[in-house]
Formats: sequence, C-alpha cells, structure tokens
Amino acid sequence: MASFKGAISVDTERCKGCGVCVVNCPMGVISLAKEVNGKGYNYAYMAEPDKCIGCASCGIVCPDGVISVYKVKL
Amino acid sequence: MTVQDIIKPENLVYQKSKLLTNKPFHYCPGCGHGTVHRIIAEVLEELGVDDRTIGVSPVGCAVMAYDYFDVDFVEAAHGRAPACATGIKRVWPDKIVFSYQGDGDLAAIGTCETIHTCNRGENITMIFVNNGIYGMTGGQMAPTTLEGMKTATTPYGRKATLPAGAGFDGIPNNGYPLHITELIAHLPGTKYVTRQAVYDPAHVRNAKKAIKKAFENQINGKSGVNFVEIVSNCNSNWKMEPVAANKWLVENMLPEYPLGDIKVDGKLVEK
Ligand SMILES: Cc1ncc(C[n+]2csc(CCOP(=O)(O)OP(=O)(O)O)c2C)c(N)n1
Ligand code: SF4
Ligand code: SF4
Ligand code: SF4
Ligand SMILES: [Mg+2]
Repeated sequence: MASFKGAISVDTERCKGCGVCVVNCPMGVISLAKEVNGKGYNYAYMAEPDKCIGCASCGIVCPDGVISVYKVKL
Repeated sequence: MTVQDIIKPENLVYQKSKLLTNKPFHYCPGCGHGTVHRIIAEVLEELGVDDRTIGVSPVGCAVMAYDYFDVDFVEAAHGRAPACATGIKRVWPDKIVFSYQGDGDLAAIGTCETIHTCNRGENITMIFVNNGIYGMTGGQMAPTTLEGMKTATTPYGRKATLPAGAGFDGIPNNGYPLHITELIAHLPGTKYVTRQAVYDPAHVRNAKKAIKKAFENQINGKSGVNFVEIVSNCNSNWKMEPVAANKWLVENMLPEYPLGDIKVDGKLVEK
C-alpha cells in the first residue's frame, strides 16, 4: 500500500483558535499554540508534523477556511 | 522529507474556495456559518456557475454573507429572503438563485415566505442554518429551540406546556420545536429536502454533496424548491466552547432533528 506524508499551513493571523481542527485530526497532529495571534487567539499549528498524512480532515472542518493541506506519495 | 519539501503548490490537496473573498468571517470561533459558507462556495466553484449566481442573505448573523462570496448578492428584509429570491428567479430564470437563512429568519418571522415559496414550487435553492436560537440578537428562543433548552427568553428552559400543579396544567406555553423542514417536505412544490450537519469532516462532505444536488436540480431546470437544512451550533449563545457545543449538538439537537434526505426527486423518503 502506498503511504502518504502530509503537511498543513495555517493562516495564523486568521485562525480563531476554536480547536475544531484539533479534535478532528485523526493523527493528533494539531495543537493550539501557547502564544496568541494579533486578535488574541491561540492559533493552531502542527505540533507533531511527522504524523501528518495529508487527509485534509482539518481543512474540511475549519469554519474559517484558514488551513491549506499538502500531500506527497512516498 | 521536511515540511518545507511538502508545502509546495504541486502538492496542494485542499485550500479554501477561490469564490470566497479575502474578508475574514466575522463569525464567532467555531461557528457553523463559516463552514456552510465554505462548502457553498466550493459547490458553486465546482459547478462553474459563479458568474450567473445570485445569493440572498438574511437578517441574522449571516446578514453580511454578501461580503464573503465573490458572487452577486442581495440582502433581504428579515424573513423575506425566499420572496426576494422568487422575484429574482422569475425575472431572470437563467440565474442560479439561492437564499441563506437562520432559523429565526426562516422559521419565525419568515414562516409565511418560507411556506408560500415552497408551496409555489419556485425553482430556487434554499439553505437553512438551524442553530436552535436567535444568534445575532443575543440568544432568544427560536421556534426550533429544544424543549428544556435555556435561552435569554426561556431562562428556566423552554416548556411546551406549563408545569403541573400551578393550576394551568397542560396549557400551552412556549410551544414545541418546529420541524419546518418536515413540514415543507409535504408540499408538492418542494423537489429535494434534506437535513445535514457540519460538525465533523464526514458530515461536511455529506452536506456538501447535498448542497451540490440542491444546485444541480436548479441548474437542470427541475421545477421545485431544493431545500437544505444544516443543523449547526451557536456556541456563543449556547454558552459553550466550540468543541463542547458540537458534542452537545450531536447529543441533543440530532435526536430532535435527525439527519438525512427527507424528499428526493419530489418523493418523500420512506423511513
Ligand atoms: C423586523 C425585524 N424584527 C426583528 C429584528 C431583530 N433580529 C435580528 S436577527 C434576529 C433573529 C436571528 O436569528 P436567526 O435567523 O436564527 O439567525 P442566527 O443569528 O441564529 O444565524 C432578530 C429577531 C430585526 N432585525 N428586524
Ligand atoms: S479549525 Fe480553523 S480556526 Fe479553528 S483552530 Fe483550527 S485552524 Fe484555527
Ligand atoms: S491533513 Fe489530516 S493528518 Fe494532517 S493535520 Fe490535517 S487532519 Fe491531521
Ligand atoms: S452568535 Fe452564534 S450564530 Fe452568531 S456568529 Fe456567534 S456562534 Fe455563530
Ligand atoms: Mg439561529
């Protein structure tokens, strides 16, 4: 079976720190940062980048559309 | 392989639709309105009808939806979006017309417009975001509010009938949660009627498929209203954090408002 490796980029300044992506990532990749963005939100970031499979669940569920997902076949 | 090696244009598998403007949504963190906007934009982009689409936004939190979609838009008076959409579609039958409304807008002040638009069988798409409350105005009870649910106007919880022992036993008080979607499904003027949700990726995908069908029917000129209800959260007025609100939605809203198609191609779905 082909395996995939993924990565996400979060538009940090537009993230509202709602945490919806965090609980919907099947691989436990995403956490909310301790730091805040310009609006005071604890933004989402890839805490465990090695685990990302590029499934796009986070992007599909983010209410603000701030996640872009990338994927490569290994 | 580093993250920088993967984040390259040729490896992109998901990004927000180009039919959304660059304006950040004003919605509260985790609000389902944003997710619904996103998938409507994706559908319009995939169907390639953006240059002939006209949306009608409501009064409610989504009042400024016109700022977020890069398609033509009209903002209707409270509850009147389907009447407005009717006029636009009748004058311009070639345009793809959709209304976007909350539950206060569609099922309270706009009940008349909702029922008669559905009864006339206008060839439009109606998107109905049901969060069981008046979000914009600070969380008053809506017709769709669940029994027992605390709101600004039902601080002790919505009661369909007054409590026993007060001398008013059985007297109607706040009424029952209004199933407007099942109601309009029984009108011959509705073509496709479905209830969906957007709290997790699988349901977002289903909701997107439903919205796509609701637009395809209109594009194919099948007469009749295509109606998509989305059960959504209003985490701010439910007074919960977004993730907790979605969990509450699954446990409390969905038993009252079960998901799935209610009417397909003009025929009620047997349950
Ligand atoms: C004629 C009129 N009556 C009342 C209001 C106040 N008002 C504004 S939004 C709203 C209800 C919105 O609730 P809903 O349609 O459920 O939208 P949500 O914000 O929950 O998405 C009300 C009663 C108004 N703006 N105009
Ligand atoms: S779902 Fe979107 S807005 Fe919410 S925390 Fe994740 S990236 Fe930020
Ligand atoms: S693409 Fe999938 S695995 Fe990667 S962060 Fe998003 S949800 Fe998690
Ligand atoms: S008040 Fe409720 S419906 Fe309005 S943006 Fe906030 S969470 Fe969404
Ligand atoms: Mg509402």
